[in-house]
Amino acid sequence: MLITRPRSSARQLKMTALHRKLLRDLLHMKGQAIAISLVIASGIAVFVMAVSAHEALTLTRSAYYDRYRFAEVFASMKRAPLTLADRIAQIPGVAQVEPRVVMDVTLDIEGLSEPAIGRMISIPADRRPGLNDVYLKEGRYIEPYHPNEVLVSDTFVEAHGLKPGDSFEAILNGNRQTLHIVGVALSPEYVLQIRPGEIIPDKKRFAIIWMDERELDSAFDMEGAFNNITLTLLRGTSEREVITRLDDLIEPYGGAGSHGRDEQLSARFLDDELKGLRANAIVSPTIFLSVAVFLLHVVITRVISTQREQIAALKAFGYTHWEVGLHYMQFVMVITTFGAIVGIAAGGWLGKAITGFYAEFYRFPEYLYRFDLRVVAIALSMSVIAAVIGTMSAVRQAVLLPPAEAMRPAPPAQFRETLMERLGLSRVFSASGRMIIRELERRPWKALMSTVGIAFAVAVLILGRFAVDAFDYMMDFQYFVTQRQDVSVTFVEPLSADSQFELQQLPGVLRSETYRAVGAKLRHEHRYRNVAILGLSDNRELYRLIDAREHQTKLPKNGLMLSDKLAEVLHVEVGDTLTVEVLEGERPTWEVPVEALIYEFQGTNAYMSRAALDDLLREEGSISGAYLRVDGTKLDTLYQQLKETPRVAGVLLKDAALEGFQETVAENQYIMQGFNTMFACIIAFGVVYNTARISLSERSREMGTLRVIGFTRLEVSSILLGELAVITLAAIPVGFGVGYLFAVALAKGFETELFRIPIVLSPETLAFAAGVTIIASVISGLIVRRQIDHMDLVSVLKQKE
Amino acid sequence: MSLSSDSVPALVQSPDTSVTVFATEDVTKVYEMGEVEVQALRGVDLELFEREFVVLLGPSGSGKSTLLNILGGLDMPTTGIVRYRDQEITAFDDAAMTRYRRDHVGFVFQFYNLIPSLTAKENVALVTEVALNPMEPEDALGLVGLADRVDHFPAQLSGGEQQRVAIARAIAKQPDVLLCDEPTGALDVHTGVVVLEVIDRINRELGTTTAVITHNAAISDMAHRVISMKDGRISDVRTNDERLSPEQLEW
Ligand SMILES: Nc1ncnc2c1ncn2[C@@H]1O[C@H](COP(=O)(O)OP(=O)(O)OP(=O)(O)O)[C@@H](O)[C@H]1O
Ligand SMILES: [Mg+2]
Repeated sequence: MLITRPRSSARQLKMTALHRKLLRDLLHMKGQAIAISLVIASGIAVFVMAVSAHEALTLTRSAYYDRYRFAEVFASMKRAPLTLADRIAQIPGVAQVEPRVVMDVTLDIEGLSEPAIGRMISIPADRRPGLNDVYLKEGRYIEPYHPNEVLVSDTFVEAHGLKPGDSFEAILNGNRQTLHIVGVALSPEYVLQIRPGEIIPDKKRFAIIWMDERELDSAFDMEGAFNNITLTLLRGTSEREVITRLDDLIEPYGGAGSHGRDEQLSARFLDDELKGLRANAIVSPTIFLSVAVFLLHVVITRVISTQREQIAALKAFGYTHWEVGLHYMQFVMVITTFGAIVGIAAGGWLGKAITGFYAEFYRFPEYLYRFDLRVVAIALSMSVIAAVIGTMSAVRQAVLLPPAEAMRPAPPAQFRETLMERLGLSRVFSASGRMIIRELERRPWKALMSTVGIAFAVAVLILGRFAVDAFDYMMDFQYFVTQRQDVSVTFVEPLSADSQFELQQLPGVLRSETYRAVGAKLRHEHRYRNVAILGLSDNRELYRLIDAREHQTKLPKNGLMLSDKLAEVLHVEVGDTLTVEVLEGERPTWEVPVEALIYEFQGTNAYMSRAALDDLLREEGSISGAYLRVDGTKLDTLYQQLKETPRVAGVLLKDAALEGFQETVAENQYIMQGFNTMFACIIAFGVVYNTARISLSERSREMGTLRVIGFTRLEVSSILLGELAVITLAAIPVGFGVGYLFAVALAKGFETELFRIPIVLSPETLAFAAGVTIIASVISGLIVRRQIDHMDLVSVLKQKE
Repeated sequence: MSLSSDSVPALVQSPDTSVTVFATEDVTKVYEMGEVEVQALRGVDLELFEREFVVLLGPSGSGKSTLLNILGGLDMPTTGIVRYRDQEITAFDDAAMTRYRRDHVGFVFQFYNLIPSLTAKENVALVTEVALNPMEPEDALGLVGLADRVDHFPAQLSGGEQQRVAIARAIAKQPDVLLCDEPTGALDVHTGVVVLEVIDRINRELGTTTAVITHNAAISDMAHRVISMKDGRISDVRTNDERLSPEQLEW
């Protein structure tokens, strides 16, 4: 009469009860699960975005370099006969050489009052250059025997609204000439157009101009000669060795030192950018995922502790530790995988967008983007690792929980007399105030975890905006605190000391400070760098040397003062001696002690007292250039005069530098940081919302009881929301501290030889971080409040716990 | 072995005292709670036989649940030996203990321990899915009178209904031993009788060795043997010459 069809196989390929539990548990806390997923997605998205953009740009760059035969070694000299090129080609390991004439000339462009510099590069007219080929973006290549035809770099052409068919004036070797633009070109050698002596590209005042070698040679009396040579090497050749031999060969011809791509300005700048992207691919996702780890830890610990008795029951029925552990791991993995997939999709899409943006920005003729499956695999494993780290301890607890635990309800919470009572303060607080304080005191560990979680949110928000602050500060420091000149002028050849007075006479010049700069190779053991040693006089108001950390610096009397970055590169300390090989004039070699270091944000610089440098050079106040403070109303006249002065090699404006910086370095950063900030907001919200939800779930029974005994909705929710408010407010200052540490990590990641990021957090950023966190808190509070309002009292009280 | 669904009359089988299902030797259990030690069991020697139906009586805190937990492989005694048939379960490692619970024991908890996110049927399925020889979850729920509540969640069931789901869950695997901790604690007379009948039938028809903890002395009349506990010891053992059926009990 009884029962049953015995079942042959209990394990069928259908959803088991345990899977159903998994799904229902997930659905039950979908808000939290989605919030955590989004936090993970944010970390993964930033990672995928930055890594895939990095890969794509690296690929694009090397394709560009290869196709347009970008040289590997570069050297310039005063003048060498073409026969030297043959000897250079004989250096073992050299694949190809391309001797040429490169001259910087002053340009007179309509609509630009200040003089611009044109870098004239000779190319053959009847064929493409063997190395450093150009990509013709518009117009045509120059033709033989068409006088004054030139190709011009596209950024310059664009900045001035020029096009093929237009003409402009240039002063070639003292003669004013009209050049006709026939084509707009790009070159792997000048992906970024950085003026000599500068580290920031200048689109408006610096042009690359390619001209028929026959014409350029004759304009500069360089027939049968060259002053610049570029090389490619055979695979496996030691670049160092070639450079050493090359230096020896060009030395007699006024060689100014040869170098590889690592010191080629454009290549180096691009390299630094890629390095920045890499840093973004590592630092931000690491921090974001750490927040996800933390969040998972808190939430899963909570889930497992509420399900203690369920876990014990499962074990009592004979589910193994492994099955129970797996169950919770699956729970975590659903959340994680969902986040990872969303993150990978978003990151892939953003990565493509950003690559497009960069490719456009750097004007690569074409760009290659492919979504690398390896990145997907890494992203997935990163999220899985994060999930495992975050939930290991909680899942372990579930695994180790003895089944007999199922037999007892959890002991009631223990309340003690709190500090508040001991201090006799209880009467100061309302009943709900007392409950808030007791809860915080009773479970300080939980309150601490919540505080840390929200502090992370604050910190991530700070990180999102930090770079903007840093760059603002750096610019301010560089151009308003230390280098306060409006204009700096450099001369083709050092001028005699009396030129100082001529400078003073120029229209609008209020103050001038001259300097001597000497190109030199600084050598320490096997390490070296080619830099310009800047000799500065004692009375300086315009070009001040200020250590960015100490805020004061005195130039040593005799020895060198190096930027600490240069010292780091050369592995020297104060007290060490450097070998200085001067690359001009008599080319003396000196042994000079390093007497001081200066902490700077930009460049690798070497300074000396003017007097000491003059002594070494056996000179009396020769002038390489000057810093000018100028009456703004007379600028145009000043520029006009400078344009006509043949000895002036370059004129640099502070405003132009600021603009250049803004348009290049800063703009890229802003875009990246924009995304980071967006993700930071998501993360902040995810963390705060989860914190609020957890408090609610932990205390819903208590809340229900209070409602039953007559507390109003307002009173009940004010207890929970008050707690959230206290924790949020406590978390904000902690978050500022954590944010500072994050900023240090990011700055370290972004640091390159040319740039270093100061760690500054502006009040606006702190206010932004605090503001977003508070808003997230208020919104989460409102959601929780609604849930309290709609709480089903009966079912809450029915819940065991 | 399976419950018969044909017309063979339910046999009134007496316990087979030649086959010992459980044997404990001087079992003690001490709970250490910080400084305080709680002596839950102070030396229990006990044998339960094949097909036997035993009722455990005793005041609150006397160690009934502790003993049952140890027999069910949920907990380890502090000292002493427990045998299940010819196996010494006190020597089991964790994995063996899990297997033992999975393959042999049906448990009804004092606090039901239903999974709140699963329906009644799914709560039962949770056990049947890993059992060797289970019945259908619907059938098990039908046995405890919940055929029409199979798709309800625990929160939608009364306390007594939840307890019945817990019982259905324990019997659905057709276990070799059935251990019930106050299976009728939350039930009225009528439902209590229904539940006890189910337990009784399992015992009679499958020969499942059954131990039931109760505070209701009346229930002891349906047992083969009644074991009373006090202060962690067995204070009295009584054998019923005649067993009453559940509906004959006087509550
Ligand atoms: N995990 C534990 N930690 C400490 N003491 C415990 C624990 N479990 C049980 N005890 C104690 O052991 C003793 C026996 O408990 P047990 O649960 O076996 O009693 P019981 O006979 O089942 O009582 P009741 O009829 O109230 O369920 C009690 O004093 C109890 O307080
Ligand atoms: Mg008990």
